[in-house]
Amino acid sequence: MSYGILETQLRAQRAAGRKLLVPYITGGYKGWLEAIRAAAANGADAIEIGIPFSDPVMDGPIIQRASEEALELGATPISILHELRTVDVGVPLAVMCYYNTVHHAGDMRFANSLREAGVCAAIVPDLPLEESGPWCQAADNSGIETVMLAAPTAPDERLPRIIARTRGFVYTVGLLGVTGERDTLAATALSLARRVKAITDIPVLIGVGVSNAQQAAEAVTVADGVVQGASVMRRLIESGPDAVGEYIAEVRAAIDGVVGARQ
Amino acid sequence: MKLEFPINGRFGEFGGRFVPETLVPACQELEAAFVDAWGDSLFRTELNDLLRDYAGRPSIITECHNLGAQLGIRLLLKREDLNHTGSHKINSVLGQVLLAKRMGKKRIVAETGAGQHGVASATAAALLGLECKVYMGEVDVKRQALNVFRMKLLGAQVVPATSGSKTLKDAVNEAMRDWVATVENTYYAIGSVMGPHPYPWMVRTFQSVIGEEARVQCQKILNDKDPDVVVACVGGGSNAMGIFAGFIDAHSRLVGVEPAGGAAVGRGVPGVVHGMRSYLLQDEHGQVQEAQSISAGLDYPGVGPEHSYLASIGRAEYPSVTDAEVIEGFQLMARAEGIIPALECAHAMAWITKEAPMIQGQTVLMNLSGRGDKDVAQMMDILGDDA
Repeated sequence: MSYGILETQLRAQRAAGRKLLVPYITGGYKGWLEAIRAAAANGADAIEIGIPFSDPVMDGPIIQRASEEALELGATPISILHELRTVDVGVPLAVMCYYNTVHHAGDMRFANSLREAGVCAAIVPDLPLEESGPWCQAADNSGIETVMLAAPTAPDERLPRIIARTRGFVYTVGLLGVTGERDTLAATALSLARRVKAITDIPVLIGVGVSNAQQAAEAVTVADGVVQGASVMRRLIESGPDAVGEYIAEVRAAIDGVVGARQ
Repeated sequence: MKLEFPINGRFGEFGGRFVPETLVPACQELEAAFVDAWGDSLFRTELNDLLRDYAGRPSIITECHNLGAQLGIRLLLKREDLNHTGSHKINSVLGQVLLAKRMGKKRIVAETGAGQHGVASATAAALLGLECKVYMGEVDVKRQALNVFRMKLLGAQVVPATSGSKTLKDAVNEAMRDWVATVENTYYAIGSVMGPHPYPWMVRTFQSVIGEEARVQCQKILNDKDPDVVVACVGGGSNAMGIFAGFIDAHSRLVGVEPAGGAAVGRGVPGVVHGMRSYLLQDEHGQVQEAQSISAGLDYPGVGPEHSYLASIGRAEYPSVTDAEVIEGFQLMARAEGIIPALECAHAMAWITKEAPMIQGQTVLMNLSGRGDKDVAQMMDILGDDA
């Protein structure tokens, strides 16, 4: 089987001994395009762009706020994908969107619009395996990689089916809960990543609740990498795109340190 | 026709289980637990005993002779307003909280709009010894202060939902976020025939007691005939599904009345939110729109998926009425019959009043799903000296 652009890139980086860093940025938020460039320039391996939705049930207060403000600024799925066409930062782009955004456009039309915008992958957090058929088929046909999530609540028999359907990487949910910063990395983050790593060679990234550079370094002792959302968006909200670049550089150094320590 | 078990959680093309991966095993576990409990005569006996000895079932049927004469129809009310806690919500909540206990859960979360489901959940949790947290939109916390205080008296914690439109839809979002984090020890008691499978089917099954009783009661009153029209208000639609369930195979016309500002079936297009595919008010980009209704309990941009299905096959119809018509219906029922209805039910009354010239001589069964005490303060503000 040939891998998509995102998975090819992540596998290549991993093979080179690098831990993977995927920051999340809410599309349409003030300074989002600059934040993407800053993240790419400071060590992101891919970037996840959130398409804001009115009812983001998997998101905590920071990303809720960013989504609401982006919507108030007039962001729409169309405007975000249109602006992404102008972005070429040398790393693959994925979108994170709730399923109604896809459904409203139509599975096939949405998948095509991602491809036309230069997006390689999609993460749809309220579209579990059992409901993913029509979207995944449309995405496969358009060459869009659908990243599936694995949660700590998944029984052992469920994980292989999630892995079989995922493209790009496996997004392991770090804790029971919604996105947002926490004081410590939950124990479930490492135990789930360990369970998934044991049965697949697809890159395994921990997201949700990986809140700072130190927690990222801890996460990559088991996982291949991390997705960071709320901690990135808090910096964009509080201090702007430059702060995002500085933060990504800090996380990059921390997770590179782990690789160094092992060698 | 018959109401069926939704295979793969689907009522036709509606329903499903569009939830975060974290919640999928919990929904599967709940489905299995409900199937097991519903087939267990001990569970059914325990629930029936509570419905009789605690909630006060069966609820009676009242014939509205004054309104009937005035409107030229025969009007019967199914009196769910007389249940303990003042609405039909207790039917489903007693079932769900018993089920939660059977599943070993220690804690209940619930969302509420007008507060009736929140009060019922707090009541059942107090009775059965579970902790209870209720999410309620900040706007609704203000307009339903009485119910907020009732929930607190019953020992529940009420948490205002401050995101989005700050009404029922946002309370559902907050309850789901809570459940994602606490799913191991917590049961989410959804208040209507909505949400991910198995909720729409399970809540309809618990609420079917309304229609089953009413069918038998009507046949007694109407000499073995069924009413020509069965009407109920629809927000999420649990009281309507409950009464429709008893008449789905009858010749009766089934009418679900939506608020003009929240007419999901009337003005929505299929969408996916809160775990289900159903008619949904949304803008051109798929952002969920805020409903606008005088009644907090109907202030919801979606509708239960089984209603979307019944609408799509033409078995039920979903007209809407305006806030002004609702206020008239509210006053009319109070003055003509000495019954103050919940603002939600006043929607059904308003439709009957409008439709009366077209259905002269027919028999109409209306589900009076809740009493209006909770709405009196709000109506005082609106009507002032014109009450």
